[in-house]
Amino acid sequence: MSIEAAKMVAVAFAMGVGAIGPAMAIGSIASKAVEALGRNPEAESSIRTAMILGLAFAEAIAIYALVVALILKFT
Amino acid sequence: MPKISIKAETLFHLGSFQVTNSLFYSLFILAFFIYLAYEYHRQSVSGHYKGLYYLINLVLRLLYNLFESIVHDKIDTFFPLLAAFFIWIIVQNWSGLLPGVGSIMVGIKEPVSHTQTLEEKGEAPSMAEEEKIEQIPLFRGNNADINATLALALVAVAMVQVYGVKFLGFFTYIKKFIDISNPVNFVLGILEIMSEVSKVLSFTFRLFGNIFAGEVLLTIVAFLVPVLASFPFLILEIFVGFVQALVFSMLTSVFFSLAVSSHH
Repeated sequence: MSIEAAKMVAVAFAMGVGAIGPAMAIGSIASKAVEALGRNPEAESSIRTAMILGLAFAEAIAIYALVVALILKFT
Repeated sequence: MPKISIKAETLFHLGSFQVTNSLFYSLFILAFFIYLAYEYHRQSVSGHYKGLYYLINLVLRLLYNLFESIVHDKIDTFFPLLAAFFIWIIVQNWSGLLPGVGSIMVGIKEPVSHTQTLEEKGEAPSMAEEEKIEQIPLFRGNNADINATLALALVAVAMVQVYGVKFLGFFTYIKKFIDISNPVNFVLGILEIMSEVSKVLSFTFRLFGNIFAGEVLLTIVAFLVPVLASFPFLILEIFVGFVQALVFSMLTSVFFSLAVSSHH
């Protein structure tokens, strides 16, 4: 396999597999947040703050995979 | 295929310091901030309040309420830095979406070194091969440059340590990292130090990855479908710019409140 073909496979693999974990994490965080909101609608603003924070940490992992894929593709 | 570079391209050199196109563009935004501050001060001192005064008051009040819900009573110490992070990052992100950023190209002469070509070819290079003109974008969104996001991340994490020492005292704060009472606590202290370093990296790559990937997405979509298809992606990028500014400043505020709270 030539180096160019290997690079393309690596880019696709890095981003594809690297998005599985964060997608599951974000879905689970959002579902728990909505569930907590349903049980206690008064705490809406603190639930929203905690959810955004949790989403940021989970999304960052997908962004690390994206940065690796971009570095592979463009250098 | 449009030329996309992870590294921000150098426009010119000041001595040995390379001025990149993202640094160059952020100076315009800085001039805009200075103008905003001067105009706000003029309006608040003279008493003739126009729309800008009320707009900036609204933004600052919203940010104050947001950060107060996280840091509670120390809001007056932390608010200037947190609001500065938010406003700096959001305006830099949004200004990277303006038309002309990334599309206006300039030609920069790239001199090819003579010694290298002499060794390769074994003969003197002809005049036509000495310099080639490379087309690079004149402007680039500031946070699409890893140096800019690294600087912001270093400032944020350094200020976490500074505020921790200021509110808890030097020895109480250092005990979080170097705790020799217990072998388990010693390993936990080492892990805390590594966690601070990983905070710097995660701040850097979260902001850089989001903004740079947005730029790449807009470039590729505009290349594939030149008419109208970039519009929904521009809306997405406006939203992403806002969310990343919010996340950066809120995470910094959470780290502040964790650092100054005495635990155990």
